[in-house]
Amino acid sequence: MSTESLRIVWIYPDLLSTYGDRGNMLILARRAQQRGMPVEVLEVRSDQRLPATADIYLIGGGEDGPQALGAQRLRADGGLHRAVAQGSVVFGVCAGYQLLGTSFFAKGAQCTGLELLDLSSDRGPSRAVGELAGDIDPRLGVPALTGFENHGGRTHLGPGVSPLARVTAGVGNDGATEGAWRGKLLGTYSHGPALARNPALADLLLRWATGAHQLPPLDDTWADRLRAERRAAVAAARA
Amino acid sequence: MPLRAKVASSVSRTAAALSRAAGRGDGSVIGGWIGLKIDPDLLAHLSAGRAIALVSGTNGKTTTTRLAAAAVGVLGRVATNSFGANMPTGHTSALAKAGSTPYAVLEVDEHYLAQVLEATEPHVVALLNLSRDQLDRAKEVAMMAQLWRAALVNHPDVRVVANADDPMVVWAATPPGDPARGVRPPHVTWFSAGQRWHDDSWVCPECGHTIQRSGEQWWCSGCPLRRPGPQWTVEDDGVLDPTGAWHKVTLQLPGKVNLGNAATALAVAAEFGVRPVDAVSRLGSVTSVAGRYAQVDRDGRNIRLLLAKNPASWLEAFEMADVAPTLLSINARDPDGLDTSWLFDVDFAPLRGRQVLITGDRAYDLAVRLDVNGVPFQHVRAFAEAVRAVPPGRLEVIANYTAFQDIRAELDRVN
Repeated sequence: MSTESLRIVWIYPDLLSTYGDRGNMLILARRAQQRGMPVEVLEVRSDQRLPATADIYLIGGGEDGPQALGAQRLRADGGLHRAVAQGSVVFGVCAGYQLLGTSFFAKGAQCTGLELLDLSSDRGPSRAVGELAGDIDPRLGVPALTGFENHGGRTHLGPGVSPLARVTAGVGNDGATEGAWRGKLLGTYSHGPALARNPALADLLLRWATGAHQLPPLDDTWADRLRAERRAAVAAARA
Repeated sequence: MPLRAKVASSVSRTAAALSRAAGRGDGSVIGGWIGLKIDPDLLAHLSAGRAIALVSGTNGKTTTTRLAAAAVGVLGRVATNSFGANMPTGHTSALAKAGSTPYAVLEVDEHYLAQVLEATEPHVVALLNLSRDQLDRAKEVAMMAQLWRAALVNHPDVRVVANADDPMVVWAATPPGDPARGVRPPHVTWFSAGQRWHDDSWVCPECGHTIQRSGEQWWCSGCPLRRPGPQWTVEDDGVLDPTGAWHKVTLQLPGKVNLGNAATALAVAAEFGVRPVDAVSRLGSVTSVAGRYAQVDRDGRNIRLLLAKNPASWLEAFEMADVAPTLLSINARDPDGLDTSWLFDVDFAPLRGRQVLITGDRAYDLAVRLDVNGVPFQHVRAFAEAVRAVPPGRLEVIANYTAFQDIRAELDRVN
């Protein structure tokens, strides 16, 4: 960790917080605190400088305009690029995932992304709205992804990244793969509070940030019930 | 009214009555649906000759419509869609059922405002607020503001009554005129109903710069968009009118939120020439609205129903609720939106220290949220179980749309 405490930065909540994105910050902070880690949480608005010394950066979802503006300001700021160079963890959701790539489509135009992940996004034939599920890359040691997606984009992965998951329900990147990761950067179309349904993914980010190989287990009774219920709902919808 | 419209109107009323008789609902949608099939212009025909006010916004429109109808009632009979059926089918049913009335106050789903403006040519349109609500199917907030703004450009003669505290509403209510075509922007009367939820209006819809806030003021850091001075405001337990006169408002509805709705209703009525001093006492006659705020006594518990559909309205519900045992119920069926992500936009911390019970189709989503929020809770499978689990006295029930209807059904469709 960079300092005495785990520093979590939520990037531009004024622009990129469409639906419950705050949840990811709250969940990471809570799971760290429950393990006795001191946590410092920063919400950095788009008119503020981004500190380059945090352990975890979160980028949420947003509408077209704010997404394009967010990418522009993050490029101009440069803080996130410095942080990534120093080994910080980045977790991007939906629009925040797209803008980590080389380019994305917003307001009818191709926009330059942050070029932190080897992927590009364009518009799909229809909006992907509904439950999203997939089997996560076994190298990450995390059980199946469950979430809700709501996006009009399709994302094409380059050789420099690995898919986060193989889609079992929903669309994700393109109906086959979902999300992407490289090093300590990870993005997903599972929108909003993605970590609420995927506590193991939250712990993966915490392990990356702290360098810990294992974290003490927590009582995830409710999250487990939620995951089981959503899995059953997806199965029932398919039957 | 053309013959076709007369037939359509009559059939519409019959269908609504049949639907109610068959126990299939309030009949406020089916009647209009059939009427519009027979005469697609039925809503326009039914609107002709009436002075109409439309009320739209993400939250508070059902209650504000009921209050405004009560206020306008000073002048004569008022048709209104008081069951919350707020799309053109519901408007058609309401007007057909009411027969000939000089006035109508109609609640309008925000997505249908342009269409209903076109069909009803209202005298007044009240714009309450815009915030995130069921984004998996609803238009995003900025897009909705843009739709409203574009609709108002086509109706420069409508009197707009709008919330000065919501930047998205202010922008929507003030489209530029078109001097070349001799088109003036519509006349706007501003009220202040507060804005508890700011997270959908940090970015200026006009120029994309940040909206700054200080106290009740707000302004764009990049363009002239700023909070207009409101003519109608809430002060203490009353409303200050444009002349500076203060009117005590005694409502049977809880919370400061409803005082704001009362101010809006008085502002709407004033556009028809109703003096607030004449209307204010009528506002107290409004008790519950389609079950919202209804109170039911059962097994020694006084159960009060509060509807909360989206983050902004949850914040309002916490403000209205008493410090008492509280049941939260969440569904995610079609009318609710299928996505429960918004639970993380709501800070449930105000419930700490109260006995909290949870239920509903999506109780587990809520359980995870409350756990992260540090709010202890108990999960119950059914409403009756919740009633048994709390001591005699007040039980506050806060639920989203279909969860609310489920509980209302258990309480014999209380109104």
